[in-house]
Amino acid sequence: MMYGYEWDTTTTLSFALSILPILGIGLLVTLQAAAVGYAIALVLGLVLALLRRSRFKAISWTVACFTEFVRDTPLLVQLFFLYYVLPDFGIILPAFMTGALALGLQYSAYTSEVYRGGINAVPRGQWEAATALNLTRLQTYRDIVVPQMIPRIVPALGNYLVSMLKETPVLSVVTVLDMLGLANMIGERTFDYLVPLSMVGLIFLPMTLICSALIHLVERALPKSGIPLR
Amino acid sequence: MTWSQYLVPLLKGAQITVMISLASIVLGAIIAFVAGIARTSANPVISGIAFTYVVLFRGTPLLVQLFWFYYALPLVGVSFDPITTGIMVLSLLTGAFGAEVVRGALLAVPPQQHEAARALNFSKSYTLWHISMPQAIIEMMPAFGNLAVQNLKDTALVSLISIADLTFQAQSLRNITLDSATVYTLTLLGYFIIALCLMVIMRLIEMKLRRGAAFPRSAHS
Repeated sequence: MMYGYEWDTTTTLSFALSILPILGIGLLVTLQAAAVGYAIALVLGLVLALLRRSRFKAISWTVACFTEFVRDTPLLVQLFFLYYVLPDFGIILPAFMTGALALGLQYSAYTSEVYRGGINAVPRGQWEAATALNLTRLQTYRDIVVPQMIPRIVPALGNYLVSMLKETPVLSVVTVLDMLGLANMIGERTFDYLVPLSMVGLIFLPMTLICSALIHLVERALPKSGIPLR
Repeated sequence: MTWSQYLVPLLKGAQITVMISLASIVLGAIIAFVAGIARTSANPVISGIAFTYVVLFRGTPLLVQLFWFYYALPLVGVSFDPITTGIMVLSLLTGAFGAEVVRGALLAVPPQQHEAARALNFSKSYTLWHISMPQAIIEMMPAFGNLAVQNLKDTALVSLISIADLTFQAQSLRNITLDSATVYTLTLLGYFIIALCLMVIMRLIEMKLRRGAAFPRSAHS
């Protein structure tokens, strides 16, 4: 027997309050998964976007096909693929890392399109001018392309952060104890799914709304003409 | 079991996936138009209800919505079978995203069009359905195409409320054969092929609309 302070769970409100700390732990996992996944998506997406611009047809074509394939197949199946197939090849990752990797992979396909659009939006004349001025490739990207790209891509990248945040509960399927995973566990033990699941929804709602509002603010604050890197 | 034998259960699952996806796309489109038009309504009660619905469904994760309708709602005495729950939740989600598309496209119609319609003494509903909508619907199509593919991808989650869709069949196949690589590769390819078909269908509808099906010219000229 365990003795000690017991939470009062007699009414709906006190039950909801009693599970709040548990869901808080799950929230932390949710946020971590989104953060790791988003970091992967930002970096991998950039790599894919640059490879897509490769002069070698074989590389750009393969990357284009890969991106399209990842974009058009469900995250859940990709997650199962990584979760069950990677160990067959000797790569054993914790469930959390597999989940974050799956999130990052799916969203890298989206972010690569955003980067690509941002690069393509720079008018041809500017590329030609850069060549005429004898700028190196690095200088062209650093001083001409990227500064103009940033205000164009930030809104789209921000929207994908919000949608990624909303897809993290899928990770609970491969035993990651995020908010939804814990809510389901509480449901199994107490036979009350209504309160924990509603709480998860109610925690997500302000989170996504605040995120969207912040992105909107950043979008407004960015100068449309571009951000000089130096 | 060889990989060709996997195809039988996978195709059976793909049928369910296609069925659920098509049903929720059609229902979602209807909800999108109703909610999207309601969002532009001058009546604050109507636009308020539509706004609340859109925010609620866009702001929460699909999996939470599915589990809420499947596990939580029956506790207050409202329960549906899994397929109905799946189609209902997916349509409501697609409808919420679609409503913003419909609203955006309606607001993008140039204000001069409304002024002209008022000058010609057209009624509000006539202006909406014969002036705004034919122009707006073409602008909606690319976004609707993306939503349709998103919806197809989202159907994979209904396997978690015990619907025997493509993902569900893949899971049971894997549990029997332990041949994860083959099973999931085939499953991913299956989704990819369905997505490509969906994109072609949406393109065809868009082309048909662009060719002028949305503009009933003959009615007036």
